[in-house]
Amino acid sequence: MTDNKLTNIAAADLLANCQQLKNEGYHIMQICSVRTTDGYELTYSFGLDYAMVNLRLIISTDEEIMSISNIFSPAFLYENEIRELFGVKIQMINVDYKGNLYHIAVKTPFKN
Amino acid sequence: MAIRSIVPFGPQHPVLPEPIHLDLVLEDEKVVEAIPSIGFIHRGLEKLVEKKDFVEYVYVAERVCGICSFMHGMGYCEAIEHTMGIEIPERAKYLRTIWSEMSRIHSHMMWLGLLADGFGFESLFMESWRIREKILDMFEYSTGGRVIFSVNKIGGQRKDMPNDMIADFAGILNGMEKEIRSLSHTFLNDYAVKSRLEGVGFLTKQQAHDLGAVGPFMRASGISLDTRKTGYAAYSHLEFEPIISTVGDSYARTDVRIHEIFQSIDLIRQAASKIPAGDVAVPFKGNPTGEYLMRVEQPRGEAIYYVKGNGTKNLDRFRLRTPTFANIPGLVETLKGCQLADVPILILTIDPCISCTER
Repeated sequence: MTDNKLTNIAAADLLANCQQLKNEGYHIMQICSVRTTDGYELTYSFGLDYAMVNLRLIISTDEEIMSISNIFSPAFLYENEIRELFGVKIQMINVDYKGNLYHIAVKTPFKN
Repeated sequence: MAIRSIVPFGPQHPVLPEPIHLDLVLEDEKVVEAIPSIGFIHRGLEKLVEKKDFVEYVYVAERVCGICSFMHGMGYCEAIEHTMGIEIPERAKYLRTIWSEMSRIHSHMMWLGLLADGFGFESLFMESWRIREKILDMFEYSTGGRVIFSVNKIGGQRKDMPNDMIADFAGILNGMEKEIRSLSHTFLNDYAVKSRLEGVGFLTKQQAHDLGAVGPFMRASGISLDTRKTGYAAYSHLEFEPIISTVGDSYARTDVRIHEIFQSIDLIRQAASKIPAGDVAVPFKGNPTGEYLMRVEQPRGEAIYYVKGNGTKNLDRFRLRTPTFANIPGLVETLKGCQLADVPILILTIDPCISCTER
């Protein structure tokens, strides 16, 4: 995928993996969502110096995941974004815009 | 006892070229909290990748922003080239480097002008933009455009720069360097300028790291990282080190950007002296499969380009994490504790590009 490390994980392991990376000194770089036939593919990227590691999560359309913003506070922007554009269900975002981060006329425009 | 109030800042404000909104929670004149809001000009350009041929999409990627247009086109092309295993000619790599550094000078000069305008030093603003015009002229001579250049393509460059043009540019940059040194003396030493920038809007090294800050905003807090050191384009052949400051205030951000202008001039000179002869593009066949994350150091910081192909001419996904998006949490942190009158300058010191952020 990239010159950097990619690890596939289960949704239930997301927070534990994030906490592990936080303990190792990584910071959040981005969260990328890709629509798949029956769900989403989420890639969480973390950086430390020039290194980048990625956690890959495959979830179904209706599956709910936990926010990582209590571990990596800047994640709130990425999580609000993918929730509004893709409709990914994310719980407990530390700054929750409740669908008002983007002032867009179409609901979840990247979902279909 | 301090009076607590909420002041809406933006999306329309004289200091903002583009719309961003902040709810500022104040205690008297002191900001205690800032809640950002974006999305007033969201265009959905990423979604367009599903409708456009991946070759044509280069021109859409370039239109994400009018300042970093060259680098957006280049970042997208490099991501696609990695997924398809395309090795572009050495000359094309050097051309990408030269045009990238011209973009950085152009962007930083524009920012210096906007900063001067922000604190009301109009002659400094005009002088910054007068010098910047020369870079735009160089873009026009070499690409035919002043905002959108359309010289990137998958597999290399659409246009070459003759060697005598590159030599002419080196001469123009010599003259510009003298003018910018004179200008930077005012930015870095004038009492009125320093009084608006020094000691305002601190971001510590630890905060910059934890909040995922990028670019000059991060380097001004003492983190010595510059994505160009990863060696894309021709940067692996050039000598340079990240420019940093350990102070972390608004003055440090100005200082870092000014020195990055001189660094860019030096990098163009190095590239001009080393650029090899040869083709500027290679042909390719097929459609992209697989995915790639490409990182590029734009004037405002690291941008991340993600592409995912499916073997057809349309990609499944193109995503762009822009530097301004990454710098918003850091901006919110610097605003805490500042005076209301300093908010416009502090917003400017991250060099916000809302077009990029909204894409």
